[in-house]
Amino acid sequence: MVRFEHVTKHYPASGDALNDVTFELATGEMAFLTGHSGAGKSTLLRLIGLLERPTRGQVMVQGRNLGRLPARKIPYHRRQVGMVFQDNRLLGDRTVFDNVALPLVAMGVSHKETGRRVRAALDQVGLLTKGKAYPVTLSGGEQQRVGIARAVVARPPLLLADEPTGNLDPDLSREIMTLFERFHHVGVTVLIASHDVALIYSLRHRTITLSGGRLIAPAPAD
Amino acid sequence: MGKQPIATQRGTRRLRRPLVAWVTHHLRSLLVSLGQLLRSPLATSMTVAVIGIALALPEGLYVLTRNVKAVSSGWEQTAAVSLFLRPAVTVPQAEKLAGQLRARSDIAHVRLITPDQALKDLRDYSGFAQAVDQLPKNPLPVVLALRPAAGMVSSSGLETLRRQLAGLPEADLVRVDSAWISRFEAIVGLVQRGVLLLAGLLALAVLLVVGNTIRLEIQNRRNEIQVMELVGATSSFIRRPFLYIGAWYGLLGALVAWVLVTVAVALLQGPVSTLAALYRTAFPLSGVGPLELLGMLGSGVLLGLLGSWMSVGRHLATAEPR
Repeated sequence: MVRFEHVTKHYPASGDALNDVTFELATGEMAFLTGHSGAGKSTLLRLIGLLERPTRGQVMVQGRNLGRLPARKIPYHRRQVGMVFQDNRLLGDRTVFDNVALPLVAMGVSHKETGRRVRAALDQVGLLTKGKAYPVTLSGGEQQRVGIARAVVARPPLLLADEPTGNLDPDLSREIMTLFERFHHVGVTVLIASHDVALIYSLRHRTITLSGGRLIAPAPAD
Repeated sequence: MGKQPIATQRGTRRLRRPLVAWVTHHLRSLLVSLGQLLRSPLATSMTVAVIGIALALPEGLYVLTRNVKAVSSGWEQTAAVSLFLRPAVTVPQAEKLAGQLRARSDIAHVRLITPDQALKDLRDYSGFAQAVDQLPKNPLPVVLALRPAAGMVSSSGLETLRRQLAGLPEADLVRVDSAWISRFEAIVGLVQRGVLLLAGLLALAVLLVVGNTIRLEIQNRRNEIQVMELVGATSSFIRRPFLYIGAWYGLLGALVAWVLVTVAVALLQGPVSTLAALYRTAFPLSGVGPLELLGMLGSGVLLGLLGSWMSVGRHLATAEPR
């Protein structure tokens, strides 16, 4: 599903964020990406979502070489990649329903079909009754689940999450991780960046560890 | 793993009504962008007013020159050769001459003004009624007011006619108003060119106003734009609402301009009628016609679109990853 080949990302201001990273994530696999803050976790996820391009090396997603993807095809690539962020990046002036519907609206899905799929996604994250609410009226955990619903509503085969539990207490964090496991069980490839080592180890999935931009434990799956 | 492909397949089949979805999407974003404008009525109406005034100026001047041209084309027809006969020529002799002149092919119309009629007109319209009444006898000659045939209204044709008329034994003085008419036409032409230049400048102003407004709009919605990019919206999808906002600004501005010009014409109608009455004519000012209104609205929309397009092109080029 995802393959990095000797990927280096260099920032003029701060130096190498990733240095010669090579790994592969199989289709349907669930893995954690760990490391201290500044280790390059976010950069790695941003490269997969094509929010940035590598300085050197190749990033392949679903067999597509992202380096060769022209700018006008980037939106179509991002539709295949659901992204969840620590600050959930919801739009405050729209209801939960409208926030979750954004990817479908962008894809030009019909109104009826959009309603059906948004309700299905909200149901999956347990927020079916909150569709008309505005994000600010929800708790942090609920907001994060809205973000997850938005990431999965278009049914992407790949789901990325950048510190999805960073702002949550342990119980809520576990709940969110269980949610990700559920998507993993229906075949979605999941990659979660997190520094919550205790939680990660309790979940017993493959762990990819970054330190100073380098892969230090290229461990095999499970 | 097993469920996913089936679900995806069903999804893509449902997507297959692209035209309907496309049209509904356009209509929706058209209405949504109008709704966004109406949500901040003060800012919107100020921008619309600026655009309206900028469009109203050239449009108003255009309507003005069009009306002036309508007047002058009226003059061209009544133009414009006055043949003053010698004082000795009597009215019956003059009528005979008028008959001869009417027979000529290069003269469309001859009107005989008797000395009595001329004196009466002078007393009634010059404001010198008392002075005229003091005159011991009528000093005015018979005048033949000629209108050249339509083909003769070039200055060289008029010149030939003038020389022939001056050669008549009854003729005392021939006055051709062509110089005055061509001067007037030159002035109208100059004004029209000026209007064109002004229209160009003000169109540029509209572009800049719309462009700047859209730039602010883009800044205000930076967050939304980024999220839309993250969820896979194409750049044309992201640009569209801003283009529509520009089009709305142009359309609303053109409507304001139309109202301004129409009100101005209505306000000017009274004084113009008074002035026309002084010249013994009726002169209804013509306002903005339906075709002109259509043209105004069209050019407003076009300017709005163009202005926002330039701004969007400059300020929305963020899709490309670093």
